[in-house]
Amino acid sequence: MLTIENLHAEVEGRAILNGIDLNVKAGEVHAIMGPNGSGKSTLSSVIAGNEDYDVTQGKILLKEKDLSGLDPEERAHLGIFLSFQYPVEIPGVTVTNFIKTAINANRKAQGLSDLGASELLKKIREKSTLLDIDSKFLSRSLNEGFSGGEKKRNEIFQMAMLEPTLAILDETDSGLDIDALKIVANGVNKFKAKENAVVVITHYQRLLEYIVPDFVHVLFGGKIVKSGTKELAHELEAKGYDWIKELA
Amino acid sequence: MAYTEEELKKELETKEYEYGFYTDIESDTFPVGLNEDIIRKISGKKGEPEWMTEWRLDAFSSFKKMVEPDWSNVKYKKPDLQKISYYSAPKQKPKYNSLEEVDPELLKTFDKLGISIDEQKKLSGVAVDIVMDSVSVATTFRDTLAEKGIIFCSISEAIQKHPELVKKYIGTVIPPRDNYYSALNSAVFTDGSFCYIPKGVRCPMELSTYFRINQAGTGQFERTLVIADEQSYVSYLEGCTAPSRDENQLHAAVVELIALDDAEIKYSTVQNWFPGDKNGKGGVFNFVTKRGLCHDRAKISWTQVETGSAVTWKYPSCVLKGDNSIGEFYSIAVTNNFQQADTGTKMVHLGKNTRSTIISKGISAGKSQNSYRGLVKVGSRAKNARNFSQCDSLLMGNNCGAHTFPYIEAKNNSAQVEHEATTSKIGEDQIFYCNQRGIDTEKAIALIVNGFSKEVLNKLPMEFAVEAQKLLEISLEGSVG
Repeated sequence: MLTIENLHAEVEGRAILNGIDLNVKAGEVHAIMGPNGSGKSTLSSVIAGNEDYDVTQGKILLKEKDLSGLDPEERAHLGIFLSFQYPVEIPGVTVTNFIKTAINANRKAQGLSDLGASELLKKIREKSTLLDIDSKFLSRSLNEGFSGGEKKRNEIFQMAMLEPTLAILDETDSGLDIDALKIVANGVNKFKAKENAVVVITHYQRLLEYIVPDFVHVLFGGKIVKSGTKELAHELEAKGYDWIKELA
Repeated sequence: MAYTEEELKKELETKEYEYGFYTDIESDTFPVGLNEDIIRKISGKKGEPEWMTEWRLDAFSSFKKMVEPDWSNVKYKKPDLQKISYYSAPKQKPKYNSLEEVDPELLKTFDKLGISIDEQKKLSGVAVDIVMDSVSVATTFRDTLAEKGIIFCSISEAIQKHPELVKKYIGTVIPPRDNYYSALNSAVFTDGSFCYIPKGVRCPMELSTYFRINQAGTGQFERTLVIADEQSYVSYLEGCTAPSRDENQLHAAVVELIALDDAEIKYSTVQNWFPGDKNGKGGVFNFVTKRGLCHDRAKISWTQVETGSAVTWKYPSCVLKGDNSIGEFYSIAVTNNFQQADTGTKMVHLGKNTRSTIISKGISAGKSQNSYRGLVKVGSRAKNARNFSQCDSLLMGNNCGAHTFPYIEAKNNSAQVEHEATTSKIGEDQIFYCNQRGIDTEKAIALIVNGFSKEVLNKLPMEFAVEAQKLLEISLEGSVG
């Protein structure tokens, strides 16, 4: 599904990623952990095609397709979804209108016509129930005045609506209380299927109690310094990141 | 994706005025120049009564003593008024009974504009009085309106058939000597619309006029007069597009609204005149005077979406003379490339318990300059006057400007005047967020701009709102920096 080979990336001339190799197969959940400043968010931005970052070496492949040179929207059309750590506000644009625009843009890229109103409504009902989102929320301006938890739930709601093949969740647990965390995790678990994959980026092990990863990778200094199973997450929780730094 | 400077430039260069075409219709055009003779000729051509001719000449003598104002925040080469032809009418005798009688060239023009009269008749129930150059060539639905006693016709026809109404109201809200361009308009206006809603009548449909400027080098001086008698209601739509021309075209319209006791007038405008090319060459000069007078408990709402013109100078205003009267102004002004807009409103509170609301949304892109200029004036007798003003500016790129000039004059200490203003910029993070969801940059900008403009778009009648949204998109294509 996702193959990253020797990926190097920099921002404003400063190297952040220094040779990342990663292989995510369909049906898998991977967790990427690491201390602050290790390059976790950069990795998600680079996969999504954020042009603030320059890829200096290596490549990213999705289903064997090289993503180099593709615009963020083209990557989205191929099925990449990024749940943002800090979702932006778009005043005056309702959650419903935004998701409708996004769905139809993706359908257009696939050569499909716009989704009919009743189908869209049905889908919105189904997914919003799943994430315990009430209809008032759907008519609010996108992320404007949302609490931290509402923003993250909205991200996962969009993921559920767009049904991507690869979902990257960037620090989705930050700012969530335990109830919201459970709802979000439940949304992700319902979404998980054998034809898609999930990459969870997190600082803490907490979220991984609810979204159980098949593999855990530790990022440090822009490199994956250790990989393992979910036990590795527990180890990090118990021992902190200091011992990892010595591995680098 | 984010645009590079080069890509942006290229895209802007290839963006041409969507409605830039020119219809070849034989016209009856006066020689250029402005003098008493020309004014008498215009009046004569239209078979006007003596009082009207005198009124025009009176306006002209005021005009001659006036100078062009230069206080607005716009720069342009003053048009030479002696080089303009003041009368241009399609030669073929207008007034058709059916579409088949209409010049096929003209119908083609309407098609390009997306206004099929036929479609409009059937689908939207909008009575359209199309002002093609200076003479109304098609009026529909008149019979339906006539049943209710509503008069909706060209101003020329109104001067002929309803002289008592015209004589009573014309120039009462905007006296000819009000300003340089209103004086000019009063002297030389060739056509425009007239509307009268009788006492207690609710106009059953949106009244609509499409203004166009067609003939090369003919300035348009439209005159609109809307009178809503006591307890009546009317919603009036004004929309315009113009073919692209090389030389600047002057447009100096005057719109007067009179809302008698308990009446309500909703006046909506979507304006899309040729804004000039990528170098700022050409484009329409739009120097318009619009004002409404509210009697007791009357209400006037101005809603405007301004995307066109090279230079815009326009302040739809409300004189709240009657007690408990209400004035509203909702505006979206978009400027791109080298466009300049100095627009806003005046709310003049004279009566007691008068209320006004101003919502202004300015969107600037390219190298354009967008100014909001508003005056809230509370007279000494206007007890408990209230005003709320909100001016928001949205900037795209680093070469445009947004300016806000709010003026407040309160002579009654019971007045409450509030003013809020914000300035924001479309962020790259917002664009990236949309891109990541599969929405391309053009569409993302349209989405953000529509969100920004929503409070005003919501005030437009449904079919107009859709058109306005499209216009916003067209006007801002390729304008992210």
